[in-house]
Amino acid sequence: MDLLDIESGKWVRILAYQGGRRFEHRLRQLGLLPGQCARVLRHAPFGGPLLIEVHQRQLALGRGVAARIEVEEIDAPCDSR
Amino acid sequence: MRFALIGQPNCGKSTLFNQVAGYKAETGNFTGTTVTYTESKVRIQGVIVELVDLPGTYTLTGTNPAERETLRYLASHEVDLIINVLDASHLAQGLTLTLELLELGRPLLVALNMMDEAGRMGMSIDGERLQALLGAPTAPLIASKGRGVRNLFVAALHAAEKRLPPQRPHYSPALEQAIHILAANLNGNRRSEAAGAPADPIQKAAAVPLPPLPLAIKLLEGDESLLQQVALARPGVEDLVASAQAQVMQSLGRPAVWALSSARSELAEELAAQVVRQGERHYTWRDRLDDVLLHPLWGYLALVLILLALFQVIYGIGSATEKPLLAFFDSLAVWVETLSGGSALLGGVLYGLLQGVAGGVAIVLPYLLPFLFGLGFLEDIGYLPRVAFLMDALMHRMGLHGKAVVPFILGYGCNVPAVMSTRMMEEPRDRFLAATLATLVPCAARLAVVFGLVAFYLGPGVALALYLFNLFVIALTGRVVSAMLPEDTPGMILEMPVYRTPTLKSVASKAWFRAREFMVEAWPILIIGSVVLALLNYYQLTDYLNVLTRPITWALDLPGEVGVPLIFGVLRKELSLIMLRQALGVEDFAAALNAVQMVTFTVFVMFYVPCLATLAMLKRELGWRSMLVIAGLTVVIALLAALAARFVAPPFL
Repeated sequence: MDLLDIESGKWVRILAYQGGRRFEHRLRQLGLLPGQCARVLRHAPFGGPLLIEVHQRQLALGRGVAARIEVEEIDAPCDSR
Repeated sequence: MRFALIGQPNCGKSTLFNQVAGYKAETGNFTGTTVTYTESKVRIQGVIVELVDLPGTYTLTGTNPAERETLRYLASHEVDLIINVLDASHLAQGLTLTLELLELGRPLLVALNMMDEAGRMGMSIDGERLQALLGAPTAPLIASKGRGVRNLFVAALHAAEKRLPPQRPHYSPALEQAIHILAANLNGNRRSEAAGAPADPIQKAAAVPLPPLPLAIKLLEGDESLLQQVALARPGVEDLVASAQAQVMQSLGRPAVWALSSARSELAEELAAQVVRQGERHYTWRDRLDDVLLHPLWGYLALVLILLALFQVIYGIGSATEKPLLAFFDSLAVWVETLSGGSALLGGVLYGLLQGVAGGVAIVLPYLLPFLFGLGFLEDIGYLPRVAFLMDALMHRMGLHGKAVVPFILGYGCNVPAVMSTRMMEEPRDRFLAATLATLVPCAARLAVVFGLVAFYLGPGVALALYLFNLFVIALTGRVVSAMLPEDTPGMILEMPVYRTPTLKSVASKAWFRAREFMVEAWPILIIGSVVLALLNYYQLTDYLNVLTRPITWALDLPGEVGVPLIFGVLRKELSLIMLRQALGVEDFAAALNAVQMVTFTVFVMFYVPCLATLAMLKRELGWRSMLVIAGLTVVIALLAALAARFVAPPFL
């Protein structure tokens, strides 16, 4: 399951992502590490990006980016400080 | 003594810098406003300190040029103290950079900025505890309101005078082993223990003022530019680094760069957990605003209304101030004529001089300043990343992603900062495409032409149509060029900052900062250009230039005299309008040009070769080749678009 499949408001745990060294680096810098919890806040219309919250910080990820992030849905909000 | 301000994007470094340096750095509630470093001298308790504002970066091994600037600076300049600015409301994430900086073994002070925001989010932060845990001094700060700035710099001065190198954070044994072995190998098997050890030959030879251990860490992380720098002085270093990386891969099962960043982020989370107490969060308008502004329907409506309002205000202020200013300069022109006492040469030169000055004051500033104010306001609130979010899907149709919307919006003010801002994009392909399209965006100077010629004589409706036509051409160019460029990029990764209340001081200073840049760069050229044209006119040399440009003017059905203004438009676009008046020898354009010619001329001016300052910036950012390609491309686009206008426009006018 990738991040694109997740509905707004749901919590996820990041499992893995692939997309080249620079791409992975970029996500790591922003605190998106495997095992990390995140919440999908909203999807932009017309195939636009999605907005997620990690570490109480909001990130906009383009669909191409979100499609490369493998996640699992989790029930409870985890403490992602 | 030299202090370096380092922090993650949007943590308020530049705001702090401006508080003490008297407004030299551009700030904005947006990632990557500072794309190169800015220096300033400040006086603290009688000591002169050189203060350097470095671009915001999440890590020292960054992926875009703006981020790499920070490590490059630290790896090539001596710094007495690093002032690490942290967004206290996002402490754990900020601390990952702090840990990376601590590895460098330079004296460091942690500035806990945005304490007010942390408070709003219900956090209380124990600065003294953090100080004890990090082994580096901390100081609370609310840079936007100027609170804590004085204490911060006094503490910084003390810290720098003591020159205490901080404790390096320690990671897992496997990592530590790899780091130490690599560091020892770098120096030809001489084991170097302390992080603060004096620079060894390898550092001197490679001109890298980093102690052995930090150097080893950065090489282990695979920083390519640093590796090249060191490899020049010590051939064979690539193999040493590769074997150290293989060793980590073998013992930890993942690349060293991953292992190190997870280690830092775990440690940062632990530290944050120990010093942050999370209380009740106060929900405010800031949290609710995105429900409207990012809404699938209301969001776009708001975007259109906001941009429309901006356009209206600029047009309103511009047209209201332009007329009296021009009238004033007209009366000056009469005075100049009497002053020259009948000498045609002197009169011509003085008149040209006056035209240049008037062009700057009366045409550019009425439109440029309001635009810069409006942009600064939107920027400080934090609206620009929202625009990127809303526009991402649309930008994809031009082969770009949402981040490229910033060069676009900046481009409406001036193409120079627009081209500069393409630096925050990661891929060279995206940078080239965004820069190409940004130069097609009609800047304030071209706005002056559109308003001065088309809106004034044919009405604002035609001007608006030209703007829409311009957008269409840009979109078409984006599609065509991106289809020719290899490979699509994964897309946008952009941080959404919380909304902040802009202060008038910051918005005004930013507008002034940008306007000043414009005036310093453009105005002198404008004045010189006007005088040169007056001289050309006096010696009747303009005919030759007009012959050279005749093929273009002929194809566009424009008078041959238009050639010279077009050539001088390369200096500054608004010159083409000012000089058009001189070249045609009329006060009223309607006497020399018909409606279709006005539109054709304006369309050509909108697109052909960007101005000299933009060309210079393109060369700096993308190199000679790309600059020439873009310049050539714009001429082709301008010709095609103007031809289209010549044949399509008549029924509508």
